[in-house]
Amino acid sequence: MKFLDYAPAPESQALLNLKSDYGLFINGDFTAGRGTPFKTINPATEQQIAMIATANEADVDAAVAAARHAYDGVWSRLSGSDRGKYLFRIARLVQERARELAVAETLDNGKPIKESRDVDIPLVAAWCFYYAGWADKLDHAGVGPNPASLGVAAQVIPWNFPLMMLAWKIAPALAAGNTVVLKPAETTSLTALLFAEILQQADLPAGVVNIITGDGSTGQTLVNHPGVNKVAFTGSTSVGRAIARSVAGTDKKLSLELGGKGANIVFDDAPIDQAVEGIVRGIFFNQGHVCCAGSRLLVQESIHDDVIERLKRRMQTLRLGDPLDKNTDIGAINSAEQLARIRELSDLGQQEGAERWSTDCVIPENGFWFAPTIFTNVSTSHRIARDEIFGPVLSVLTFRTPAEAIAKANNTPYGLSAGIWSDKGSRILAVADKLRAGVIWANTFNQFDPSSPFGGYKESGYGREGGRHGLAAYLKPAVRTGSRSIPAAEHAPVTKKSASASKKSTSAEKAAK
Amino acid sequence: MNRLAIPKTYKLYIGGKFPRSESGRVYEVLSHQGDFLANAAKGSRKDARDAVVAARSALGGWAGATAYNRGQVLYRIAELLEGRRAQFIDEIESCEGVNAAAASAQIDEAIDRWVWYAGWADKYVQVAGNANPVSGPFFNLSVPEPTGVVAIIAPQGGESLLGLVSAIAPALVAGNTVVVVANELAPLSAISLGEVLATSDVPGGVVNIVSGSPAEIAPWLASHADVNALDLVGAGDLDWVELQISAAETLKRVLPPESGADAAAPALSRILAFTELKTVWHTKAIL
Repeated sequence: MKFLDYAPAPESQALLNLKSDYGLFINGDFTAGRGTPFKTINPATEQQIAMIATANEADVDAAVAAARHAYDGVWSRLSGSDRGKYLFRIARLVQERARELAVAETLDNGKPIKESRDVDIPLVAAWCFYYAGWADKLDHAGVGPNPASLGVAAQVIPWNFPLMMLAWKIAPALAAGNTVVLKPAETTSLTALLFAEILQQADLPAGVVNIITGDGSTGQTLVNHPGVNKVAFTGSTSVGRAIARSVAGTDKKLSLELGGKGANIVFDDAPIDQAVEGIVRGIFFNQGHVCCAGSRLLVQESIHDDVIERLKRRMQTLRLGDPLDKNTDIGAINSAEQLARIRELSDLGQQEGAERWSTDCVIPENGFWFAPTIFTNVSTSHRIARDEIFGPVLSVLTFRTPAEAIAKANNTPYGLSAGIWSDKGSRILAVADKLRAGVIWANTFNQFDPSSPFGGYKESGYGREGGRHGLAAYLKPAVRTGSRSIPAAEHAPVTKKSASASKKSTSAEKAAK
Repeated sequence: MNRLAIPKTYKLYIGGKFPRSESGRVYEVLSHQGDFLANAAKGSRKDARDAVVAARSALGGWAGATAYNRGQVLYRIAELLEGRRAQFIDEIESCEGVNAAAASAQIDEAIDRWVWYAGWADKYVQVAGNANPVSGPFFNLSVPEPTGVVAIIAPQGGESLLGLVSAIAPALVAGNTVVVVANELAPLSAISLGEVLATSDVPGGVVNIVSGSPAEIAPWLASHADVNALDLVGAGDLDWVELQISAAETLKRVLPPESGADAAAPALSRILAFTELKTVWHTKAIL
C-alpha cells in the first residue's frame, strides 16, 4: 500500500438473504413464470446472483386481472387515509431494511454502495413517505375537487436506478388510488422482488401491486394490454416513441420520461472548484447512467483550459472498482450491451476528430468497466454531442456569449435537464428562462427530491414525476354526467345558450368507430 | 336601385399577411341553402409548412412577452371583435343557416371567451406552478411555460367562429404560437377573424389560419418535426388515430378529438395541455 492509498472497505453481504430463484409477484404471492427464466448477474464480477422468472402473455393477463380485481374490490373503495397508511408502512419498512436493499441494489446494478446507500434507497423511502401524505388530500392535487383514479397502471422502468424508479412509479399511483402492474428492467429485477417481500410485510392487499419480470417483450405486452388505463414508462426515446404510437387512439393516459443530452453551462464567473465538483457529479454519478446527466459541458472559452485542467486533476482522484467498497466512486457498467454502446460511441468520437482523455485507473479483470472519459474539441455536429451515451463520457464544447451558450444548449431534440454555473444570480435566472429543459440546476447538479417535479420537454417525454404534478399524472377530473366534464370552477362566465350543452362523446367511442 | 356590392376575396392568414394558396387552388364555399358565397383558398402542404415557419419565428417574441402584455393583447381581440359584430353575423348566418339572434349569441360567447382566457394570461402560472419544499439548501420552483408551436384542427361543423376561438385562445394564453386549419365548410368567419387579429396587437405569425381540407393538411402538420403539439379537437371525422401515431414520431403533445356543443369547452386544463413544467433548483448559500 502506498501513501494515500485506501484499504479495502467492502460493505458486508451478510445481511442479504437472497433466494436462488425468483418468481413473479402476482396477486400477493410469488408464482412461477410461464416464460423461460433468465439469470441476473453482478456486473462487477459477471457472477450469477439468482434466476429470474419471465412473464409470458398469460402471466401478463393474470397480473392485469389481479390488479383490476384489487382495484374494483379493495383499493378504489379504501379511504385515502388508509391508502396513505399502507404507503407510510412501506416507507418505514424500506427504512428498516435500507442497508439490505442498498447492498442488493449495488450487487445487481453495479453502482457504488455509497450511492445506493446515500441516494437511491433514502429517496425510495422519501418518495413513499411524501406520496403517503397525499393519499387523503387529492382535492388539492390540481385537477379539481374529488378527482378520480385511473384504474390499473402499467409501469415499465429502467435499470439505472432500479428501486428508485420503482418508488417514483408506485408511490404516486397508489396514493391516487390506482393499482399497479410494474415491470422492472431485465438486468435489474432483484430489488423489485425484495420490495415485493416488503409489500407482504406491510400486508398490502393482494393484487394492488404486481411485479412481473422479463425482457422488453414482456413490457411491450404489458403496455399494450387492453386492460390497463395508464401507462408510465421511463427509458429510451425510441421505446417511448413506440409506446406513444401503440397507445394512440386509446384512452390510456401516458407519461414518458425518456432520454436526454443535458448541457452543463459554466460561465467565466463561476466558482470553478465547485463547478468542477458539479461537472463530476453531473456526468460520473452512477457511471453516467442517468437520463438527466450533464453529458455536454459548455464552458466559456476564456476559462476552458483552466476548467479542463482542474477537471482532469479531479477525475484522477475518482476511484473505480468494487462497487461494494465504501470508497468506490465509479462502479461497474450495468451490462455488456451498455458497455459495447459506450465503447462504440466513444470510438466514434475519436474518429470524428474529438480529443479523448481517460483517467489512468486499473480496470478489474472481470465485469464491465469504463474509465471516466472526457472529449475536448467537440463540435455540435459530432455524434458524441448529439446522441445519449449513457455512460461516464463527457463531451466538452465552448461558447463566448450567453446567447451562444443558450443556442448550443437548446440545439438538441432532447430537453430533460441543464446546469448553470455562475456567481451572478440575474444571469442564472435569465439563462434558466431560456433553456428548453424540464429540470435546471443552478450551481448544483443531479439533485432529486420527491416534492420536486421531474420530467422533460420535447423528445425527452411528457408528464412529470414528483411533487403535486407527479400525483396529477395518476388522476383525472371528477366525472360529471350529462354536462361538461370540467369542474364548474373552471368555467367561463357562460351565456345562456351554452348551458344546454350536449353530452360529450368520449375518445373511446371515437376509437370504436 | 341598390348599389352593387364589393365581395371580399377570402385568403389564408400566414405570418401576419394574407397570401393566396401557393398552389393557386380555391374551393367553393356554399351557403346553408347551397348558394355560392365565396372562393376560399384551398391551403396546401406548402402553405401549412410556411405557416409553421411563421409560427416558429413568432414564438420567441410571443412567449417572451410579459404575461400582462399577452393578456392585454388577447383582451384587445375581444374589443375589436365587438366592433366587427355585423360582419360576423352576416357570415355566420349565411354559412351556418342560423338566424341573426343565434349568430349574435355565438359572437357574444366568442367575445366572452377571449375575455375569459385573456384574464388567465397572468394567473395560470400561479395556479399551476409552485414552490417545492425540497430537503436541502435549495430554492426550488416549478413554473409552466409554453410548449411551442401548436397545430390545431379547428372544430368542423357547429358554431364556426366559437369553435375556432375556443381552440386557439387557450393555446395563445401561455405564449404558444398556432397554426390552425379552419372549419372546412364554414371558413369565412375564420378568415375574417384573421383580419381582426391582423388589425389588433397580435404579432404576425402568432396565429396562422389555413383554410382548405383538414384531411389533406392535417397529416403534414402531425408529422412536421417543428410542430410541438397537436390539438385534434376538430379531427373526429378524420383518421385521427393515424395522425396521433404520426405525431408520436417526435413525441408531440396531443389532445384528442371532441364533439358536440361541448367541444373545446373553456377550461384551465386546455391552457395547461400546451405547457411544459420547468423546475429550477437554485443553490442557497450556507450562512
